Amino acid sequence: MLQIECPWCGPHDETEYHYGGQAHVAYPEDPEALSDEEWAEYLFYRDNPKGPFAERWVHSTGCRRWFNVVRDTVTYEVLAVYTGARPEVASAGGDR
Amino acid sequence: MADSILDTTSGPVELRRSPLAATAAGVAEAGAGGGGVRLAERPFTTMVGLRVVPGSTAADAIGAVLGAPLPAGVGEVTGEGDHRTLWLGPDEWLVVSDGSREELLSRLRAAAEGPGVAIVDVSANRTVLELEGPAARSVLDKGCPADLHPRAFGAGRAITTTLARVPVLLWQTGEQTYRLLPRSSYAEYVAAWLLDAAQEFLEPVG
Ligand SMILES: [Zn+2]
Repeated sequence: MLQIECPWCGPHDETEYHYGGQAHVAYPEDPEALSDEEWAEYLFYRDNPKGPFAERWVHSTGCRRWFNVVRDTVTYEVLAVYTGARPEVASAGGDR
Repeated sequence: MADSILDTTSGPVELRRSPLAATAAGVAEAGAGGGGVRLAERPFTTMVGLRVVPGSTAADAIGAVLGAPLPAGVGEVTGEGDHRTLWLGPDEWLVVSDGSREELLSRLRAAAEGPGVAIVDVSANRTVLELEGPAARSVLDKGCPADLHPRAFGAGRAITTTLARVPVLLWQTGEQTYRLLPRSSYAEYVAAWLLDAAQEFLEPVG
């Protein structure tokens, strides 16, 4: 089981959290202008890197706040926990 | 103000039914035990949910009504007299009070209102179970992932966590006393789980 450090509550077991998928997926500037393919790309397509990956987590049974975690998808090591701007270690996570 | 306080012996208040009504007999039996742990319900406790920007004028005004500043971080509980305020999140708190629901709500609403302030009666959202005795922590340790050892937790601290996989608010009120606040729909499950987990401690050690 992962132990994740909530920015507000400190370290807690993974079972207190829910996963929210890839982080830094920006809502399209002008959704109306997207083709169906581009819209589908935004909705459903995500990176699947081997290594550090920036992802969304919510402390659902605790403070109920969302934040970002950089997790190594090979070792499961939590490399960074942050809100707001992406730290250096997350650069391999890939933008969309 | 006295006019607005409901008569507690008749009318709608008398019709209130605890979410633990069906389990009351078992809980009462456990409460009478002379062993390592006792369980009791404190039904119909006044609870008020607060959302406000921490450090704002409104937060200060609310703190003045409650007798202490709002808790600033995880685990903290503040207050005096009838009211205790539990930290739920960076801008969210729960007031648990032995006082009148109507009076507390009207005093809080008179102190602070407007955009960004939410003062909501959530008394029916949860019920309160009290687990007490030298074995209380051993019972909780069977199903709670949080570290309840005195080095990490203690009297006067409260956290939201899980017990037997369901969300509860866990509040330690004394050296050997814990209050568990499950949502009403989970209350029977939590009570049944506690009774089962406490079974080995209920009889006096002979
Ligand atoms: Zn948290």
